[in-house]
Amino acid sequence: MTKANKPKLTQNIELAHRPVDLEPYHKIAYDGLWKNNQALVALLGLCPLLAVSNSVVNSLGLGLATTFALVFSNTMVSLIRNLVSHEVRLPVFVLVIASNVTIIDLLMNAFFHDLHKILGIFIPLIVTNCAIIGRAEAFASKNTVDKALADGFFVGLGFTLALVALGTIRELIGTGTLFGRADLMFGDIAKHWSIEVFHDYGGFLLAILPPGAFIGLGLMIAVKNVIDARGK
Amino acid sequence: MRFPTAPSPHLAPSNSVSRIMLTVMGALIPGIIALVWQFGPGVLVQIAIALVAALTAEAMVLLLRKRLVLPALMDGSAAVTALLLAVSLPPLTPWWMTAFGTQFAIVIGKQLYGGLGFNPFNPAMVGYAVLLISFPRQMTAWLPPVDLSGFSLSFADVASVIFQQESSLAYDGLSQATPLDLLKTQLGLQTHLDEIQSAGVFGGLSGKGWQWVNFWFLAGGLWLLWRGIIDWRIPLSFLGSLYLINMFFFLYDSSIYPNPLFHWFSGATMLGAFFIATDPVSASTTPRGRLIYGALIGILVFVIRSWGGYPDGVAFAVLLMNFAAPTLDHYTRPRVVGHRR
Repeated sequence: MTKANKPKLTQNIELAHRPVDLEPYHKIAYDGLWKNNQALVALLGLCPLLAVSNSVVNSLGLGLATTFALVFSNTMVSLIRNLVSHEVRLPVFVLVIASNVTIIDLLMNAFFHDLHKILGIFIPLIVTNCAIIGRAEAFASKNTVDKALADGFFVGLGFTLALVALGTIRELIGTGTLFGRADLMFGDIAKHWSIEVFHDYGGFLLAILPPGAFIGLGLMIAVKNVIDARGK
Repeated sequence: MRFPTAPSPHLAPSNSVSRIMLTVMGALIPGIIALVWQFGPGVLVQIAIALVAALTAEAMVLLLRKRLVLPALMDGSAAVTALLLAVSLPPLTPWWMTAFGTQFAIVIGKQLYGGLGFNPFNPAMVGYAVLLISFPRQMTAWLPPVDLSGFSLSFADVASVIFQQESSLAYDGLSQATPLDLLKTQLGLQTHLDEIQSAGVFGGLSGKGWQWVNFWFLAGGLWLLWRGIIDWRIPLSFLGSLYLINMFFFLYDSSIYPNPLFHWFSGATMLGAFFIATDPVSASTTPRGRLIYGALIGILVFVIRSWGGYPDGVAFAVLLMNFAAPTLDHYTRPRVVGHRR
């Protein structure tokens, strides 16, 4: 309370010159993207991860939708964290998440209609993605808004990257292309973005079908564990 | 389990993995000869490809895992996997498919789980299922049996079709649906069973050619039983339950369901009953568990063949029951001597 006694100008200068403490943000980013990656380490949200990762564009669409849901729900949960009593926190968090996902669902239906049709039930199902309620409960309800927002962003980004990596593997092996049907997401200019990596590729159905998702994710987790083990 | 032991001196048989695997390979020979006789020498080329692919894949993974390579290769388990997969494939399967399927079976189906003795699924059937769901067109195109077509392909013809992809046109012209496949598609078109079975591929107990292949696999399997390599429970309960459920539906409506012997002697029934379902690693290990395991495979085979999406269901039935084997073992553990239940 001593700061209040100082002249306003000096106080502002003091605030502006105070070094911003970046340390927690580093940690939040590292945790969300790698160390505690929701898909590869926590193994949360696997249902949509496995179901829609059959192409890069589908993966990116669902990954971004999940990221938005994470950022908004983390921010709101953090804002109301002191207003909600401990006993009813989970229903309230779910309500917050469900409202956010409904907004995202309607927005995608309006602006990315074809992509929305392909992703189908998995957009509304983001509500039940354990990664989101997990972050709300484990992080956002205990931290300030700025950190909760950063956490939502980086966790979502980590989830999206894992999803896109899996989508890349499956699309490449399954159909021999990359960025097929990119116009679903980026509009008409993306009609020709599709890269045919292997010519005359007969296709490998297993990679597109659910077993390909399980095997691909298993191999990705293995690679991550190998990298971690080498780093030690 | 009781181990009746006579007083010493004992003569121990040389009981080892490699002896068992060699016996299994020997027991496969009659069936392989029947396949060559009926479907041409393609199966021999497939066996060669699969053996090379399996042994190289096994050696590479063992090197990566820093294990001793030669003892594991010499035990013959990879070779048996290769053989079982190769005899399940259509004789004119392109070489890269056979090689890929075998490598998948060895690397992902077996070695990633820890190698021989740790694989929860039958590796050969893992490879087969991967190929079947990935390349359904090539995997359901069999050659017509020699009894039907009247011509036999030479070794050079077969090898050129398998190794050169451009001759796939000729391959499409040669190949034909199997009796099980034809039965499924025609029943879907509401054709009467008698009418379907008057087609050329049917004849004898099941289909021309197929009955002989199954008969000789049965003969080889009985030899394995006699040598004590496999337990009688799995083949008996598999074939018994397949017969019973089939008989039930046959009596219920014989215009849709063929007679039980048809299912016994078509597709991979005999190969599955004696060589695949009895895999000592992935099958159930308790006496009662084995009876249940085999019976459920028989029922699943009938269900998949009659109402499923694929013409034959032995591979899927075995894989599904491999999932269930640990649970079966848990609930059917035999009484330990001296303990009450």
